[in-house]
Amino acid sequence: MPSVVSLFVTCIVDQLFPKVGMAMADVLGRIGYDVDFPEAQTCCGQPAFNSGYRDEARNVAEHFLRVFRESEYIIVPSGSCTSMIVHHFRELLPDNAEVGRIEAKTWEFSRFLLEVAKVEDLGARMACIATYHDSCHALRELKIKSGPRRLLSHVQGLDLREMDTAEECCGFGGTFSVKFAEVSGAMARGKIDSIKKTGASVVVSIDSSCLMQLQGALHRAQLPIRTMHLAEVLAAR
Amino acid sequence: MEETRTIPGALSNERLQLAIYASTKRLMDHRSGAITPELLGDYQELRTQANALKKHTIDNLDYYLEMVEERVTAHGGKVVFCETGVEVSDFILKLAKERGARLIVKSKSMTTEEIDLNERLEDHGLQAVETDLGEYIIQLIGDTPFHIVAPALHLTRYEVADVFQEKLGVEKETVPEKQTMIARAVLREKFLAADIGITGANFVVANSGAVVVVENEGNARLSSSAPRIHIAIAGIEKLIPRAQDLGVFLKLLGRSATGQPLTSYTSFLSGPRRGDEIDGPEEFYLVLLDNGRTKLLENPDRRQSLYCIRCGACLNHCPVYRKIGGHNYPWVYSGPIGAIITPQFHGVSKDPWLPFASSLCGACAEVCPVKIDIPKLLLDLRADVTKDKEQKGKSGSERLAFRMFAWMMRRPKAYAMAGRIGALFAPQGSPWISRVPWYMNLAPIRAWLSQRDLPPPPPKSFRRMWKER
Amino acid sequence: MSREAILGRVRTALGRKAGQLPGAIPDAYLRPPAIDDLTGIFCVVLEKLGARAYRVSSMADAREQVSVLVTKKTSIASNSAVLTECGVTGLPGVRSGVTDKQELRDLCASAEVGITSADFALADTGTLVMLSSGEEARMISLLPPVHVAVVPASRILSSLDQLLTTLPLPAERTSSMVLITGTSRTGDIEQILVRGVHGPGEVHVVVVESAQKW
Repeated sequence: MPSVVSLFVTCIVDQLFPKVGMAMADVLGRIGYDVDFPEAQTCCGQPAFNSGYRDEARNVAEHFLRVFRESEYIIVPSGSCTSMIVHHFRELLPDNAEVGRIEAKTWEFSRFLLEVAKVEDLGARMACIATYHDSCHALRELKIKSGPRRLLSHVQGLDLREMDTAEECCGFGGTFSVKFAEVSGAMARGKIDSIKKTGASVVVSIDSSCLMQLQGALHRAQLPIRTMHLAEVLAAR
Repeated sequence: MEETRTIPGALSNERLQLAIYASTKRLMDHRSGAITPELLGDYQELRTQANALKKHTIDNLDYYLEMVEERVTAHGGKVVFCETGVEVSDFILKLAKERGARLIVKSKSMTTEEIDLNERLEDHGLQAVETDLGEYIIQLIGDTPFHIVAPALHLTRYEVADVFQEKLGVEKETVPEKQTMIARAVLREKFLAADIGITGANFVVANSGAVVVVENEGNARLSSSAPRIHIAIAGIEKLIPRAQDLGVFLKLLGRSATGQPLTSYTSFLSGPRRGDEIDGPEEFYLVLLDNGRTKLLENPDRRQSLYCIRCGACLNHCPVYRKIGGHNYPWVYSGPIGAIITPQFHGVSKDPWLPFASSLCGACAEVCPVKIDIPKLLLDLRADVTKDKEQKGKSGSERLAFRMFAWMMRRPKAYAMAGRIGALFAPQGSPWISRVPWYMNLAPIRAWLSQRDLPPPPPKSFRRMWKER
Repeated sequence: MSREAILGRVRTALGRKAGQLPGAIPDAYLRPPAIDDLTGIFCVVLEKLGARAYRVSSMADAREQVSVLVTKKTSIASNSAVLTECGVTGLPGVRSGVTDKQELRDLCASAEVGITSADFALADTGTLVMLSSGEEARMISLLPPVHVAVVPASRILSSLDQLLTTLPLPAERTSSMVLITGTSRTGDIEQILVRGVHGPGEVHVVVVESAQKW
């Protein structure tokens, strides 16, 4: 078992949801890893890539490759950022040998816990009714579905209930959320209707962008339901 | 029905939202019920086979076009290659004139919608009657189809009752079963009196010179069997190599579209009646249409756009389609498939917003029976749009914003500094933010806040917290 | 000419030359399921589709069953040897032996029942396979609101895959092969299921289980 893992917290966690990064570091430390945070990290470039600005995205991707060159394991609290790195970097930099190495070293957080650290029970405790939202990139590009649910099943006191539209998109989609704001909002409200039916007080996901979309809509609807990143739930005692 | 044609209009129409939701949900559930491991254990393998067969056919399309032409001719039919929709209608008008034909019955064909065939025929004095019930209703109203497989999805029985009363002169009838019988009687007369029957083709089988037409009502059978002349119109991409390949494609088409292992009628038609056959058309024409498809062949990555077998599964699963409906897409092909082929046919500058009208959730790619990588093509088209804008000098503030984004994201210190400066401006102290001060009310923030609240900026970024821990 | 223009554009786009053979074609993927009780499965699936299945053990019984379905109705029967053999063509109200196209069509348009055999049946989808021929016209299973088919059990195959294995080139046999799976139907108005839109709303299949191979 390697002792040092590097965090790529993602720009959205760094700037808007820092507690997610702290929680992730906390959990990794608890199971025996030394956690490294390469300070020069910024972003994976997905916003530019998804908006059609390939040159700009490429520049950012190259920076990422430089920053994490020496890392053995790169842990990411996001399905969409992980997918950008492991699936789309090669489209931007098809002749760059470093890309293949980075793909092999980059792990979405929950997948790292289960497949590398081989830990399912983090000793977490959170008494609540919760429901899990499958973020799209995680579900469809990384095939992450049962893993986070297994991790949540060991959280003491947590009653996990499936919503009937767990796999439906929350409507964030990056700039889609502002370019097609009304459709995005309608999609969020559809998810919220599903969430309400579960009776959950907490919505869990592995993507902060989805959580931002859902929490924003929940708050606008004045519903007493909060969103939490999986890392925050697993860090809870 | 005008309000279905704007996005805000469609979103605010509760009845429409319910209709779209219920119909697409039913189709989704039927599909998943038909592809369970017990019923179709090799579903994923079938998709792989279908993709490989389509790839092979499209990559060798000229060979198979010539093969189908030879076979159709050998069976007594004729192949007519048409570059444009105008050529198709010219051909039909000429034939109709030569044969003294006035009345045409048509079964459902998106290809004919694509080329506005009916309009052109009607302009020249022919009567072209749609015989698929949903299309017939749409034709009476003068509307366009709402969904590839369910054209009248957006209408209620009351709207149908009104249009029947108005256009057919019958008494108002609101029971769907009875409405259907009214249409059956009216259309039966047309079938038996028509001179020409026009169908589409779900598949064109190269080694058989045959068209395969898949349906539930029986109007395609009637259109292809009752009149003296049968014209099948198909895009050149509809080809499959062998009749045996129908084992793969028919297993996927019905289940993906409506959950049916086979639809009520699958017709395999290879020409005019022959030998001692008693009935069937005397003449058979297979019209093979380009209309821009050869353009889509040019890029090897994008050729897969032509693999589509028009099942409609991507529409049913698309969260955006399910909110905005088929009328908010600029062309007859709506939903995810429409979003990738429309810009390729019409150029990216015509509807530059279209590739962006997606959250890239990937549900479409997951259900596509021929494994078209729709999200990848959407991303490729987005890059085309920005490049096109740049070439035309129309880039504007977004390009500048992303240039700055890239500049900053390569400079960690600048990025960290920007984060700290941004935090200074941001309103502090509230749980989540519903309003921002005027100097922060930029368009993206306004758009975001129109639908949901913004997260409050944290007192410290992660990197600061980490440093100080 | 459009033909040359289109083929030319296709070749240019694909980087192919005229007369060039294609690359290797994937093998045909046909996986007929192993079904022991073909007749049993066929009947079960047929009934699930909203059609009716009747199992009889002789041609005489088949005639009996058909007579129940067509009594007091006008029927048009195909020229299938199966129908002649079981005597359906002799039932009251049943016209058959028609070979003139227009006469047949008029009869089909006014008949209440169309009676045919079928060239094959497919067990796993409950499908009747009708090949147009001198024996079986297209309109008989299409125009009348009720369709009755008398099918020898020996003609039941497991599946479409088996049909395509047995008959890889249908176009060499007929200008029209139709797979009939259940009744005519639509959901176009409010997604409500209605049967008998243009084709028959009622389908009855009499399966004759006898030793003789038909």
